[in-house]
Amino acid sequence: MRLPLTPSQTVGPFFRIGLSTTIGSHVVGEGTPSAVRISGQVLDGVGEPVPDALIETWQPEGAGRCATDEEGHFAIVTIKPERNGEGGAGTDAPHLDVSIFARGLLTRLVTRMYFPDEREANDADPVLEPLTAEERSTLVAVSEDGGLRFDIHLQGARETVFFDR
Amino acid sequence: MGASTRRVHPPNDSPAYGSSRLRAPRQPLHLLPGRLAELTAPLLAGETIGALDHDLTRQHDGEPLGERITISGRVLDEDGNPVTGALIEVWQANAAGRYAHRSDQHPAPLDPNFSGAGRCLTDAEGGYRFITIKPGAYPWRNHPNAWRPAHVHFSVFSSAFAQRLVTQMYFPGDPLFAQDPIFNAVPDEDGRRRMVARWSLELTEPEWSLGYAWDIVVAGREATPLDDDASE
Repeated sequence: MRLPLTPSQTVGPFFRIGLSTTIGSHVVGEGTPSAVRISGQVLDGVGEPVPDALIETWQPEGAGRCATDEEGHFAIVTIKPERNGEGGAGTDAPHLDVSIFARGLLTRLVTRMYFPDEREANDADPVLEPLTAEERSTLVAVSEDGGLRFDIHLQGARETVFFDR
Repeated sequence: MGASTRRVHPPNDSPAYGSSRLRAPRQPLHLLPGRLAELTAPLLAGETIGALDHDLTRQHDGEPLGERITISGRVLDEDGNPVTGALIEVWQANAAGRYAHRSDQHPAPLDPNFSGAGRCLTDAEGGYRFITIKPGAYPWRNHPNAWRPAHVHFSVFSSAFAQRLVTQMYFPGDPLFAQDPIFNAVPDEDGRRRMVARWSLELTEPEWSLGYAWDIVVAGREATPLDDDASE
Protein backbone atom coordinates (compact mmCIF):
# COMPACT_ATOMS: atom_id res chain seq x y z
CA MET A 1 0.00 0.00 0.00
CA ARG A 2 1.27 3.43 -0.85
CA LEU A 3 1.40 6.20 1.71
CA PRO A 4 -0.51 9.35 0.75
CA LEU A 5 1.71 12.31 -0.11
CA THR A 6 2.09 15.40 2.03
CA PRO A 7 0.48 18.24 0.04
CA SER A 8 2.51 21.16 -1.26
CA GLN A 9 2.05 24.73 -0.01
CA THR A 10 3.42 28.04 -1.25
CA VAL A 11 6.89 29.24 -0.17
CA GLY A 12 5.21 32.57 0.60
CA PRO A 13 6.92 35.97 0.48
CA PHE A 14 9.52 35.39 3.19
CA PHE A 15 11.32 32.24 2.03
CA ARG A 16 14.68 34.03 1.96
CA ILE A 17 14.78 33.62 5.74
CA GLY A 18 15.05 29.86 5.39
CA LEU A 19 16.17 29.11 1.83
CA SER A 20 18.90 31.66 1.31
CA THR A 21 22.28 30.16 1.85
CA THR A 22 22.40 26.39 2.11
CA ILE A 23 22.44 25.74 -1.63
CA GLY A 24 24.01 28.46 -3.74
CA SER A 25 23.86 29.87 -7.22
CA HIS A 26 27.17 28.26 -8.24
CA VAL A 27 26.91 24.60 -9.21
CA VAL A 28 30.54 25.01 -10.30
CA GLY A 29 33.04 27.79 -9.64
CA GLU A 30 33.28 30.76 -12.04
CA GLY A 31 36.74 29.62 -13.12
CA THR A 32 35.70 26.11 -14.16
CA PRO A 33 36.47 25.46 -17.84
CA SER A 34 33.14 25.27 -19.73
CA ALA A 35 31.30 27.02 -16.88
CA VAL A 36 28.24 28.80 -18.24
CA ARG A 37 26.29 31.60 -16.59
CA ILE A 38 22.54 31.21 -17.02
CA SER A 39 20.59 34.35 -16.28
CA GLY A 40 16.99 35.23 -16.76
CA GLN A 41 13.96 37.05 -15.54
CA VAL A 42 10.74 35.69 -14.04
CA LEU A 43 7.65 37.53 -15.31
CA ASP A 44 3.97 37.36 -14.37
CA GLY A 45 0.84 37.39 -16.53
CA VAL A 46 1.03 41.12 -17.28
CA GLY A 47 4.77 41.07 -17.89
CA GLU A 48 5.72 42.48 -14.49
CA PRO A 49 8.87 41.08 -12.89
CA VAL A 50 8.39 38.61 -10.04
CA PRO A 51 10.75 39.74 -7.25
CA ASP A 52 9.98 36.89 -4.86
CA ALA A 53 10.55 33.71 -6.85
CA LEU A 54 13.08 30.96 -6.20
CA ILE A 55 14.68 29.13 -9.13
CA GLU A 56 16.37 25.75 -8.66
CA THR A 57 18.29 23.89 -11.34
CA TRP A 58 18.96 20.14 -11.18
CA GLN A 59 21.36 17.96 -13.14
CA PRO A 60 23.43 14.92 -12.17
CA GLU A 61 26.43 17.16 -11.48
CA GLY A 62 24.64 19.19 -8.82
CA ALA A 63 21.89 21.60 -7.90
CA GLY A 64 21.77 25.38 -8.05
CA ARG A 65 19.44 27.81 -6.35
CA CYS A 66 18.85 31.52 -6.78
CA ALA A 67 16.14 33.89 -5.53
CA THR A 68 15.04 36.63 -7.93
CA ASP A 69 15.98 40.24 -7.20
CA GLU A 70 13.76 43.34 -7.29
CA GLU A 71 13.64 43.17 -11.11
CA GLY A 72 12.87 39.46 -11.17
CA HIS A 73 16.39 38.51 -12.29
CA PHE A 74 18.24 35.35 -11.31
CA ALA A 75 21.61 33.87 -12.33
CA ILE A 76 23.10 30.40 -11.87
CA VAL A 77 26.60 29.26 -12.89
CA THR A 78 26.88 25.65 -13.99
CA ILE A 79 28.12 23.37 -16.77
CA LYS A 80 26.21 21.64 -19.53
CA PRO A 81 25.22 18.18 -18.24
CA GLU A 82 26.83 15.08 -19.66
CA ARG A 83 24.70 13.43 -22.31
CA ASN A 84 22.96 10.17 -21.38
CA GLY A 85 23.78 7.25 -23.65
CA GLU A 86 24.63 7.42 -27.33
CA GLY A 87 22.37 10.22 -28.46
CA GLY A 88 20.22 10.13 -31.55
CA ALA A 89 16.47 9.86 -31.97
CA GLY A 90 14.50 9.32 -28.78
CA THR A 91 17.33 10.43 -26.50
CA ASP A 92 16.92 13.44 -24.26
CA ALA A 93 19.14 16.34 -25.29
CA PRO A 94 21.31 17.90 -22.58
CA HIS A 95 19.07 19.98 -20.34
CA LEU A 96 18.56 21.24 -16.81
CA ASP A 97 15.48 20.32 -14.79
CA VAL A 98 14.16 23.55 -13.31
CA SER A 99 11.82 24.17 -10.36
CA ILE A 100 10.10 27.52 -9.78
CA PHE A 101 8.68 28.47 -6.39
CA ALA A 102 7.03 31.81 -5.55
CA ARG A 103 4.44 33.56 -3.49
CA GLY A 104 1.25 32.86 -5.42
CA LEU A 105 2.35 29.37 -6.50
CA LEU A 106 0.83 26.70 -4.26
CA THR A 107 2.81 23.92 -5.95
CA ARG A 108 6.21 24.23 -7.60
CA LEU A 109 6.35 24.61 -11.35
CA VAL A 110 8.63 22.26 -13.27
CA THR A 111 10.22 23.07 -16.60
CA ARG A 112 13.37 22.24 -18.56
CA MET A 113 16.10 24.43 -19.96
CA TYR A 114 17.77 23.24 -23.18
CA PHE A 115 20.99 24.53 -24.73
CA PRO A 116 20.91 26.54 -27.98
CA ASP A 117 24.15 25.02 -29.33
CA GLU A 118 22.59 21.52 -29.34
CA ARG A 119 20.27 22.01 -32.29
CA GLU A 120 20.62 18.47 -33.61
CA ALA A 121 20.11 16.87 -30.20
CA ASN A 122 17.20 19.19 -29.45
CA ASP A 123 15.51 18.19 -32.73
CA ALA A 124 15.71 14.52 -31.66
CA ASP A 125 14.56 15.14 -28.07
CA PRO A 126 11.33 13.24 -27.24
CA VAL A 127 10.08 15.93 -24.84
CA LEU A 128 10.56 18.79 -27.30
CA GLU A 129 9.33 16.79 -30.31
CA PRO A 130 5.55 16.99 -29.71
CA LEU A 131 5.66 20.73 -28.93
CA THR A 132 4.88 23.54 -31.37
CA ALA A 133 7.81 25.71 -32.44
CA GLU A 134 6.48 28.49 -30.24
CA GLU A 135 6.21 26.22 -27.18
CA ARG A 136 9.64 24.78 -27.87
CA SER A 137 11.17 28.24 -27.97
CA THR A 138 10.15 28.80 -24.33
CA LEU A 139 12.41 25.92 -23.28
CA VAL A 140 15.59 26.67 -25.23
CA ALA A 141 17.91 29.29 -23.75
CA VAL A 142 19.39 31.97 -26.02
CA SER A 143 23.04 32.96 -26.21
CA GLU A 144 23.68 36.41 -24.79
CA ASP A 145 26.82 38.22 -23.64
CA GLY A 146 28.90 35.06 -23.49
CA GLY A 147 26.31 33.27 -21.33
CA LEU A 148 22.77 32.00 -21.69
CA ARG A 149 19.50 33.78 -21.12
CA PHE A 150 16.45 31.83 -19.96
CA ASP A 151 13.37 33.92 -19.13
CA ILE A 152 10.43 32.29 -17.40
CA HIS A 153 6.92 33.55 -18.19
CA LEU A 154 4.53 32.22 -15.54
CA GLN A 155 1.46 33.27 -17.50
CA GLY A 156 0.44 35.22 -20.61
CA ALA A 157 0.99 35.07 -24.37
CA ARG A 158 4.55 33.78 -24.00
CA GLU A 159 3.80 31.40 -21.12
CA THR A 160 6.64 28.93 -20.55
CA VAL A 161 5.85 25.25 -21.08
CA PHE A 162 5.51 23.62 -17.66
CA PHE A 163 5.43 19.88 -16.99
CA ASP A 164 3.42 17.52 -14.88
CA ARG A 165 5.75 15.56 -12.66
CA MET B 1 2.22 9.68 -10.56
CA GLY B 2 0.52 12.38 -12.61
CA ALA B 3 -3.15 11.97 -11.81
CA SER B 4 -2.83 11.15 -8.13
CA THR B 5 -0.29 13.94 -7.60
CA ARG B 6 -2.70 16.48 -9.01
CA ARG B 7 -5.39 15.43 -6.56
CA VAL B 8 -3.08 15.63 -3.52
CA HIS B 9 -1.40 18.95 -4.26
CA PRO B 10 -3.33 22.20 -4.45
CA PRO B 11 -3.97 23.46 -7.98
CA ASN B 12 -2.01 26.61 -8.77
CA ASP B 13 -5.20 27.98 -10.29
CA SER B 14 -6.82 28.75 -6.90
CA PRO B 15 -8.54 32.15 -7.33
CA ALA B 16 -9.35 32.52 -3.61
CA TYR B 17 -5.60 32.95 -3.11
CA GLY B 18 -5.18 36.42 -4.62
CA SER B 19 -1.44 36.18 -5.32
CA SER B 20 -2.06 33.27 -7.68
CA ARG B 21 -4.08 35.30 -10.19
CA LEU B 22 -1.23 36.69 -12.27
CA ARG B 23 1.23 33.92 -11.47
CA ALA B 24 -0.56 30.59 -11.98
CA PRO B 25 0.03 29.23 -15.50
CA ARG B 26 -3.07 29.15 -17.68
CA GLN B 27 -2.00 26.45 -20.14
CA PRO B 28 -2.37 22.76 -19.28
CA LEU B 29 0.75 21.03 -17.99
CA HIS B 30 2.61 18.85 -20.48
CA LEU B 31 3.43 15.26 -19.71
CA LEU B 32 7.08 14.62 -18.95
CA PRO B 33 7.76 11.00 -19.89
CA GLY B 34 11.51 11.22 -19.42
CA ARG B 35 13.46 10.51 -16.30
CA LEU B 36 13.76 13.26 -13.73
CA ALA B 37 17.25 14.08 -12.56
CA GLU B 38 18.84 12.49 -9.55
CA LEU B 39 21.82 14.28 -8.13
CA THR B 40 25.03 12.31 -8.25
CA ALA B 41 27.11 15.15 -6.87
CA PRO B 42 27.13 15.83 -3.13
CA LEU B 43 24.15 17.95 -2.14
CA LEU B 44 26.18 20.31 0.03
CA ALA B 45 29.60 20.70 -1.55
CA GLY B 46 31.96 21.98 1.11
CA GLU B 47 29.03 22.94 3.26
CA THR B 48 28.33 21.55 6.70
CA ILE B 49 25.24 21.79 8.80
CA GLY B 50 26.08 23.32 12.16
CA ALA B 51 25.42 21.30 15.31
CA LEU B 52 22.85 23.85 16.49
CA ASP B 53 21.23 24.68 13.17
CA HIS B 54 18.18 22.62 14.15
CA ASP B 55 17.69 24.62 17.37
CA LEU B 56 16.05 27.97 16.63
CA THR B 57 16.09 28.89 20.33
CA ARG B 58 19.89 28.97 20.60
CA GLN B 59 21.00 31.21 17.75
CA HIS B 60 21.39 34.39 19.83
CA ASP B 61 22.70 35.46 23.23
CA GLY B 62 19.28 35.26 24.84
CA GLU B 63 16.28 32.97 24.48
CA PRO B 64 13.40 33.94 22.20
CA LEU B 65 10.03 34.72 23.76
CA GLY B 66 7.24 32.25 23.18
CA GLU B 67 6.08 28.74 23.82
CA ARG B 68 9.09 26.42 23.43
CA ILE B 69 8.30 23.41 21.21
CA THR B 70 9.94 20.39 19.60
CA ILE B 71 8.83 19.30 16.13
CA SER B 72 10.00 15.85 15.11
CA GLY B 73 9.11 13.16 12.63
CA ARG B 74 10.29 11.13 9.66
CA VAL B 75 10.53 11.81 5.97
CA LEU B 76 9.28 8.79 4.01
CA ASP B 77 8.63 8.12 0.37
CA GLU B 78 5.22 6.86 -0.67
CA ASP B 79 6.49 3.27 -0.59
CA GLY B 80 7.35 3.73 3.09
CA ASN B 81 11.12 3.93 2.61
CA PRO B 82 12.97 6.45 4.80
CA VAL B 83 14.40 9.40 2.88
CA THR B 84 17.86 9.65 4.39
CA GLY B 85 20.33 12.52 4.16
CA ALA B 86 17.67 14.92 2.94
CA LEU B 87 18.11 18.60 3.68
CA ILE B 88 15.20 19.95 5.72
CA GLU B 89 14.97 23.72 5.94
CA VAL B 90 12.36 25.53 8.06
CA TRP B 91 11.38 29.17 8.48
CA GLN B 92 8.65 30.82 10.50
CA ALA B 93 7.27 33.93 12.19
CA ASN B 94 8.13 34.69 15.82
CA ALA B 95 5.70 34.21 18.70
CA ALA B 96 4.08 37.57 17.91
CA GLY B 97 3.42 36.62 14.28
CA ARG B 98 6.24 38.68 12.75
CA TYR B 99 8.89 37.42 10.32
CA ALA B 100 12.45 38.71 10.59
CA HIS B 101 12.17 39.93 6.99
CA ARG B 102 12.30 43.55 5.84
CA SER B 103 9.11 43.17 3.77
CA ASP B 104 6.98 42.02 6.70
CA GLN B 105 4.86 45.06 7.62
CA HIS B 106 2.79 43.49 10.43
CA PRO B 107 3.11 45.93 13.38
CA ALA B 108 4.01 43.22 15.87
CA PRO B 109 7.36 43.26 17.70
CA LEU B 110 10.48 41.67 16.30
CA ASP B 111 12.33 39.42 18.74
CA PRO B 112 16.07 40.17 18.86
CA ASN B 113 16.65 36.60 19.96
CA PHE B 114 14.77 34.92 17.12
CA SER B 115 15.73 34.74 13.45
CA GLY B 116 13.21 32.03 12.59
CA ALA B 117 15.29 29.75 10.35
CA GLY B 118 16.67 26.26 10.92
CA ARG B 119 17.98 23.29 8.99
CA CYS B 120 19.09 19.71 9.45
CA LEU B 121 19.74 16.51 7.51
CA THR B 122 17.49 13.47 7.97
CA ASP B 123 19.15 10.53 9.72
CA ALA B 124 19.34 6.86 8.70
CA GLU B 125 15.65 6.36 9.57
CA GLY B 126 14.56 9.52 7.75
CA GLY B 127 14.18 11.26 11.11
CA TYR B 128 14.44 14.98 11.78
CA ARG B 129 14.03 17.19 14.84
CA PHE B 130 13.72 20.94 15.37
CA ILE B 131 13.54 22.94 18.59
CA THR B 132 11.80 26.28 18.21
CA ILE B 133 8.99 28.42 19.59
CA LYS B 134 5.39 28.25 18.44
CA PRO B 135 4.84 30.86 15.72
CA GLY B 136 2.01 33.37 16.07
CA ALA B 137 -0.84 33.88 13.63
CA TYR B 138 -0.59 37.02 11.52
CA PRO B 139 -2.78 39.17 9.28
CA TRP B 140 -2.38 39.44 5.52
CA ARG B 141 -4.25 41.30 2.82
CA ASN B 142 -5.71 38.46 0.78
CA HIS B 143 -9.28 39.38 1.76
CA PRO B 144 -10.82 41.61 4.44
CA ASN B 145 -9.62 40.67 7.94
CA ALA B 146 -7.60 37.71 6.65
CA TRP B 147 -5.31 35.87 9.10
CA ARG B 148 -2.93 33.00 8.44
CA PRO B 149 -3.16 30.07 10.83
CA ALA B 150 0.09 29.50 12.75
CA HIS B 151 2.50 27.51 10.58
CA VAL B 152 6.11 26.53 10.04
CA HIS B 153 7.40 26.46 6.44
CA PHE B 154 9.18 23.19 5.56
CA SER B 155 11.41 22.49 2.57
CA VAL B 156 12.52 18.92 1.74
CA PHE B 157 15.49 18.58 -0.61
CA SER B 158 16.65 15.01 -1.27
CA SER B 159 18.82 13.70 -4.10
CA ALA B 160 15.74 12.99 -6.26
CA PHE B 161 14.16 15.84 -8.19
CA ALA B 162 10.72 14.16 -8.07
CA GLN B 163 10.81 14.29 -4.25
CA ARG B 164 11.34 18.04 -3.98
CA LEU B 165 8.67 19.49 -1.69
CA VAL B 166 7.93 22.82 -0.04
CA THR B 167 4.99 22.83 2.33
CA GLN B 168 3.72 24.23 5.63
CA MET B 169 3.14 22.46 8.95
CA TYR B 170 0.11 23.57 10.94
CA PHE B 171 -0.92 23.12 14.59
CA PRO B 172 -3.90 21.04 15.70
CA GLY B 173 -7.20 22.73 16.45
CA ASP B 174 -6.39 26.10 14.89
CA PRO B 175 -9.65 28.09 14.52
CA LEU B 176 -8.19 29.97 11.53
CA PHE B 177 -8.17 26.97 9.16
CA ALA B 178 -11.72 27.61 7.97
CA GLN B 179 -10.95 30.99 6.40
CA ASP B 180 -7.46 30.31 5.02
CA PRO B 181 -7.33 29.96 1.22
CA ILE B 182 -3.80 28.51 1.23
CA PHE B 183 -4.69 25.66 3.61
CA ASN B 184 -8.02 25.07 1.87
CA ALA B 185 -6.49 25.03 -1.61
CA VAL B 186 -5.60 21.41 -0.84
CA PRO B 187 -8.61 19.71 -2.38
CA ASP B 188 -9.38 16.87 0.01
CA GLU B 189 -9.88 16.85 3.75
CA ASP B 190 -7.45 13.99 4.36
CA GLY B 191 -4.77 15.96 2.52
CA ARG B 192 -5.40 19.01 4.68
CA ARG B 193 -5.23 16.86 7.81
CA ARG B 194 -1.81 15.54 6.74
CA MET B 195 -0.40 19.06 7.00
CA VAL B 196 -1.44 19.31 10.67
CA ALA B 197 1.03 18.06 13.30
CA ARG B 198 -0.11 15.92 16.22
CA TRP B 199 0.57 16.96 19.78
CA SER B 200 2.74 14.22 21.26
CA LEU B 201 3.20 13.33 24.91
CA GLU B 202 6.32 11.33 23.96
CA LEU B 203 7.94 14.40 22.40
CA THR B 204 6.84 16.67 25.22
CA GLU B 205 9.67 17.22 27.70
CA PRO B 206 8.52 17.50 31.31
CA GLU B 207 8.77 21.01 32.69
CA TRP B 208 10.50 22.17 29.51
CA SER B 209 8.69 22.08 26.15
CA LEU B 210 5.67 20.81 24.21
CA GLY B 211 6.21 18.25 21.46
CA TYR B 212 4.60 17.91 18.04
CA ALA B 213 4.96 14.89 15.74
CA TRP B 214 4.80 15.36 11.99
CA ASP B 215 5.79 12.90 9.27
CA ILE B 216 6.33 14.02 5.69
CA VAL B 217 5.66 11.77 2.68
CA VAL B 218 7.29 12.57 -0.66
CA ALA B 219 7.11 10.84 -4.03
CA GLY B 220 8.70 7.44 -4.52
CA ARG B 221 11.91 7.18 -6.49
CA GLU B 222 10.46 4.73 -8.98
CA ALA B 223 7.03 6.28 -9.29
CA THR B 224 5.60 5.84 -12.76
CA PRO B 225 2.25 6.89 -14.21
CA LEU B 226 1.49 3.24 -14.98
CA ASP B 227 1.71 2.21 -11.32
CA ASP B 228 -0.80 4.82 -10.31
CA ASP B 229 -3.21 4.03 -13.12
CA ALA B 230 -3.23 0.39 -12.09
CA SER B 231 -4.03 1.17 -8.46
CA GLU B 232 -6.96 3.46 -9.17
